[in-house]
Amino acid sequence: MLRYALLRIFGAIPTLLLVIALAFLMVHAAPGGPFDAERVLPPEIEENIARAYHLDESLPQQFIRYLGGLVRGDFGPSYRYRDYSVSELIGNALPVSMQLGVLAMLLAIVAGVAAGLTAALSKNSFIDRLVTGIAMTGISVPVFVVAPVMVLVFAVYLQWLPASWTGGTSISRLILPVVALALPQIAYIARLTRASMIGVLSSDYVRTARSQGLRTISIIRYHALKPAMLPLLSYMGPAIAGILTGSVVVEEIFGIPGIGQFFIRGALNRDYTLVLGIVIFYATLLILLNLVVDLLYGILDPRIRGR
Amino acid sequence: MSLLEVKDLSIRYADSAKPVVQNLSFSIEAGQSLGMVGESGAGKTQTAMAVMGLLPANAITSGSIRFDGQEFLGAAPDVLNRYRACRIAMVFQDPLTALNPYVRIGDQLRRILLEHKICKPPEARERTLVMLQRVGLPDAERQYGVFPHELSGGMRQRAMIGAALLGEPDLLVADEPTTALDVTVQAQILGLLRELRSQSNSALFLITHDLGVVAGNCDRILMMDNGRLLEEGPAKEIFAAPSNERTAKLIAAARRIDMPTKTSPLPDGEAPIVEVDNLSVSFRERYGSGKRQLHAVWPLSFKVAPRETLAIVGESGSGKTSLVKAILGLIPMRSGTVSYAGKKLPGLVQSRPNNIRRQLQMVFQDPVASLNPAMRVADIVAEPIIIHEPKKKKAEREQDVSKMLRHVGLGMELRERFPHELSGGQAQRVAIARALVIRPKVLICDEAVAALDGTIQGDILQLLQAEQADSGLSLIFITHDLSVVRQISHRVLVLYMGRVCEIATNEQIFKRPLHPYTKALIQSVPVPDPNAKPDDVPLAGEVSSILNPPAGCPFHPRCEYAVARCSEQVPALQSVVGGSVACHRANELDLSY
Ligand SMILES: Nc1ncnc2c1ncn2[C@@H]1O[C@H](COP(=O)(O)OP(=O)(O)OP(=O)(O)O)[C@@H](O)[C@H]1O
Ligand code: SF4
Ligand SMILES: [Mg+2]
Repeated sequence: MLRYALLRIFGAIPTLLLVIALAFLMVHAAPGGPFDAERVLPPEIEENIARAYHLDESLPQQFIRYLGGLVRGDFGPSYRYRDYSVSELIGNALPVSMQLGVLAMLLAIVAGVAAGLTAALSKNSFIDRLVTGIAMTGISVPVFVVAPVMVLVFAVYLQWLPASWTGGTSISRLILPVVALALPQIAYIARLTRASMIGVLSSDYVRTARSQGLRTISIIRYHALKPAMLPLLSYMGPAIAGILTGSVVVEEIFGIPGIGQFFIRGALNRDYTLVLGIVIFYATLLILLNLVVDLLYGILDPRIRGR
Repeated sequence: MSLLEVKDLSIRYADSAKPVVQNLSFSIEAGQSLGMVGESGAGKTQTAMAVMGLLPANAITSGSIRFDGQEFLGAAPDVLNRYRACRIAMVFQDPLTALNPYVRIGDQLRRILLEHKICKPPEARERTLVMLQRVGLPDAERQYGVFPHELSGGMRQRAMIGAALLGEPDLLVADEPTTALDVTVQAQILGLLRELRSQSNSALFLITHDLGVVAGNCDRILMMDNGRLLEEGPAKEIFAAPSNERTAKLIAAARRIDMPTKTSPLPDGEAPIVEVDNLSVSFRERYGSGKRQLHAVWPLSFKVAPRETLAIVGESGSGKTSLVKAILGLIPMRSGTVSYAGKKLPGLVQSRPNNIRRQLQMVFQDPVASLNPAMRVADIVAEPIIIHEPKKKKAEREQDVSKMLRHVGLGMELRERFPHELSGGQAQRVAIARALVIRPKVLICDEAVAALDGTIQGDILQLLQAEQADSGLSLIFITHDLSVVRQISHRVLVLYMGRVCEIATNEQIFKRPLHPYTKALIQSVPVPDPNAKPDDVPLAGEVSSILNPPAGCPFHPRCEYAVARCSEQVPALQSVVGGSVACHRANELDLSY
């Protein structure tokens, strides 16, 4: 197991390098430069700026310099927010985004599993159809449609909750964004839980447990819950990715000063280093979390554990 | 009042008109054993499920199932739960899927005791350990904590039986409890069931397709066919004088290992068509933190003559499939050569010339899986002709295909079907037609009839023998079923842990085996004769791990004749009249029976 963990960790390094290289190339391939928008500068000054930011070096040289910084946790200076480094910007925005992401993830798991289990246990009933129907809608309607509708209903008409970050208390302002962010994941998790629980309940070993006179509640608790939850664990990787990308949209809609918002600003302002830094930060986070999920799976599934 | 009384039971599914069980009535008295026999689809499992109250929700039932006076059909789950485990319990066919792969064996058993409040938690653990020991898991402390996949098939079935007996039921329902197991292990499990029943006096409802299994284990027999009862009565009477025509046919179709072989004698002195010389196969396996060689087949040699059938037998894991795969060049050999008609062949199939490849064909165990699901029957059979005789005209090809299909007994109406629209027997015929259509000289069958019913097995074996008589085909026939071996082979090769125990003529193997393992294999086969009661288990223990083979004779840990030398020195294969044998004591032992 330890061997496997170490192998996986070292295996992740090439993937990460590839992601960094691709992101670096893509950002540099984009037309226009970070200082294009400002008024025309005399060539000497432009040269000076370029030298200060090492833009005069060749691309490989810049890449090596950038990698060197990364190893020290330095994502370089921001081109736009000139007094800040990219690391500082990410560091400042991270707590807000974390709060949002972690809460949305928890909500998605709790609500999704509860809905999925209820549906599975009353298969083909009205409740089952209701859950399946809502989940289908939740999956097909994108966040940028759901979020404004929620704002309209709960903030504008009912006036129960604030419409934006600046307008509410530290708790009330979180509710709408967290729900909007969690909704599609609730839907996915509910569907997944339902399908996997139904599969487990029709398995041979559950039939054996029934032949042994176990009540449904005991069957679920001692025989079905763990195998039914394992597919959910493997979905955690994609779910985290979904929450990360979703947060970019949600933060923009609700005006939340998180990483997502910086990302959009960065992209609009051609703030290369900021965009690059966020992409790499998120990619690393995703790879790490996926690794944790994989290792957990290995620990929980006895058939994999032995190897 | 009977313990179990089934009256006019019918089971139907909403989506099909024909009932799967029709007007079935029978009863089981306390302490009695009833065997239900029938071919696939006879409705045996459906009956067992109905008795346990485990039919799926869309099953429509009528009639009555009374257990000790209580009606089970339509009873509420908590009424059934009061009876399950403590009064009536079940053992399922495949212990790998029937046990929960995510829960430790001991916990699965203990849960039954706790659920039915048979005892308190600390005592439940104790009782589970005692039960594991009783069913033959001697290292119970360790085996309490393992997961099902860490046990062998036989050990898993022992655990399953332990689970069923924990509540000390009055009736044990066992649906094909030994079908997934090797003959030697089957004999062990049946012996265990007999022993446990003699201690507890519980009744047994044993379901099987194998008349040999019921003959030695049941007082009464119930024959089923197509959802209907054919006849029911004391085992001895039914075997001696079946009153129903179909029953008589089923009993006649049961091949008996103690009957003479049906093969035609071979002409002497013909040059061998296939010659295997010093062939061995090994795989590199992870073992602990390093890698090591796993010897699937140790160097061995044999020859197959034209028109000969060589059977290869051995328990699962003995290396049968690795051996034939290496012969066909599907996996690399570690050493040795394969010659065809006197010419040495390149090791791997890709480098063998096409005209030789076509002479060596293979039929696999699972007929449906080995056929391309997207092709129609006629195209499947035509494909080898297109590959090996590309110049053949389309009309001629069509003719060949039609002739071949007729030859294997498949009607024209099946030509346009897809594999999933065929029964198991039909699919196996298609696989055989595909192999034979290019007229190979050698056909290798890997458990080719294992998945089929007795009567269909008989048809396919006959077909192969007829083909052999017509065209001089040589057969290499891998099987774990010794009654098949008895019927169709000229010579038999017995493998154990990748080593040859014995190669000899059919007559010699079955009448005068020279190797203790051969004898144990033969004696493990249940004989369909209720007068031949099996009392003891011919071979105890299980095959040793191939990763950690015992020193000396690989069979010595299980051999009742083992002496000191056996654990020190690997016995060499020595020639004897009619064959060869690898046993230190071959010359002194008399194993005939
Ligand atoms: N859920 C189901 N829906 C519809 N038909 C079914 C269902 N389960 C079984 N059957 C049908 O019922 C018939 C009897 O099946 P059953 O499993 O009892 O046979 P069996 O005698 O146990 O056969 P085998 O020896 O292959 O186990 C078969 O034709 C089968 O296809
Ligand atoms: S060599 Fe010894 S252990 Fe092996 S089969 Fe012969 S008697 Fe038994
Ligand atoms: Mg069955």
